[in-house]
Amino acid sequence: MSSKVFKDAQSALHDFKSGSTLMSGGFGLCGIAENCIDALTKMDVKDLTVISNNIGNSGRGLVKILVQNKIKKAYCSYVGGNPDLEKQMMAKTIEVELVPQGTFAERIRAAGMGIRAFYTPTGFATPVAEGKDVKNFDRPCILETALHADFAIIKAQKGDTYGNLWFKETARNFSPLMAMAAKTTIVEVEELVELGEIAPEDIHLPGLFVQRIFQGKDYKNDIEFLLLEDQS
Amino acid sequence: MSWTKEQMADKVISLFKPGSSINLGIGMPTAVAERIPPQSDFMIHSENGVLGVKGRPTKETVSPTLINAGKETISINKGASFFDSSMSFGMIRGGHIDYCVLGGMEVDCEQSLANWAIPGKKITGMGGAMDLVNGAKQVIIMMTHFSKDGESKLVKKCTLPLTGYKVVDLVVTEMGLFRPNGSTFEIIDLADGVTKEQLKLP
Repeated sequence: MSSKVFKDAQSALHDFKSGSTLMSGGFGLCGIAENCIDALTKMDVKDLTVISNNIGNSGRGLVKILVQNKIKKAYCSYVGGNPDLEKQMMAKTIEVELVPQGTFAERIRAAGMGIRAFYTPTGFATPVAEGKDVKNFDRPCILETALHADFAIIKAQKGDTYGNLWFKETARNFSPLMAMAAKTTIVEVEELVELGEIAPEDIHLPGLFVQRIFQGKDYKNDIEFLLLEDQS
Repeated sequence: MSWTKEQMADKVISLFKPGSSINLGIGMPTAVAERIPPQSDFMIHSENGVLGVKGRPTKETVSPTLINAGKETISINKGASFFDSSMSFGMIRGGHIDYCVLGGMEVDCEQSLANWAIPGKKITGMGGAMDLVNGAKQVIIMMTHFSKDGESKLVKKCTLPLTGYKVVDLVVTEMGLFRPNGSTFEIIDLADGVTKEQLKLP
């Protein structure tokens, strides 16, 4: 089991190649795999397809590899507050597929669960439906297909040596879904613990879905909009 | 006298049944979040994965991993829960959330909504709006009544790219409360002194 444990982001990403499809967990900057993203900035890779809700924000997170022109195509639901991405979209140096956030989550979940495609009312009669099969159930629905990846980079608060994970507060978001959808899931944790230290009832994602795990370091855990009681 | 944003928010809150689950969008609906009475028993949902949001944290309780879908720091009520994005949108798409309140650019008589894209302008993405309008039991749109050119944003048929087709239940503007019914907008309530003619309804 301990064969899953790696030293750091660099060693966990040793076989990551140009042209790979990469899922990256996190909502905005909350729960992003900071160490893995930093390691990717130092790797000579390009033409990546990235599946991530926001592709970073305001110069941080995945924006670090975006500005290195390493991303060829991106799937995301919201790009507001990401001027670097807007610039590349305008210049058409990146292809972006905007996916409604619930459909985005479900397409990723579907991949992990072995579901090839599903019908959903979300997006019917909108630009999202263009070119997609429509079928009427109780109301018209469009066909959406599963989203797979070669690699997922995930951050969890706590993980054991088998890869069982526990996420803190709202940092869970897309991460467990992406872990299930990727061929190779790489997890960085704030606390790497021994087997049994996370109670079985408290495991948010079974380690079955995790191929590599390492103890992360130097977390910034940036807050995008700090609003406090006495200010609002 | 047209309603202030706060009065619009209070009007929206008056529509909520006790104990309701509610999702509040970014933009104008954040005014609703600010006006919800602290003693209320609503369960506020945020699609990034939390049910039971309660206003802002203090300097002592603030946490970088406790945010809402607007990526702002929040605090939670007793009874709150955290979950992944798939379950969060299952709550929405599965029809388990009682109300969603979203901003709008156009709402039409057919109950369709446009609120996410203007052709030729900067695109920010739809986020969770398309899922919300198709899933929440009641979809309430909160927006200004008129465009910058003084035209009504309550229109016969949306011209902007749609967010959802036949999904809107109620529209609150500074002029009043309206229900699109397929062929026209029913006036449910008007701000004091506002006349029908001022509304420029289709």
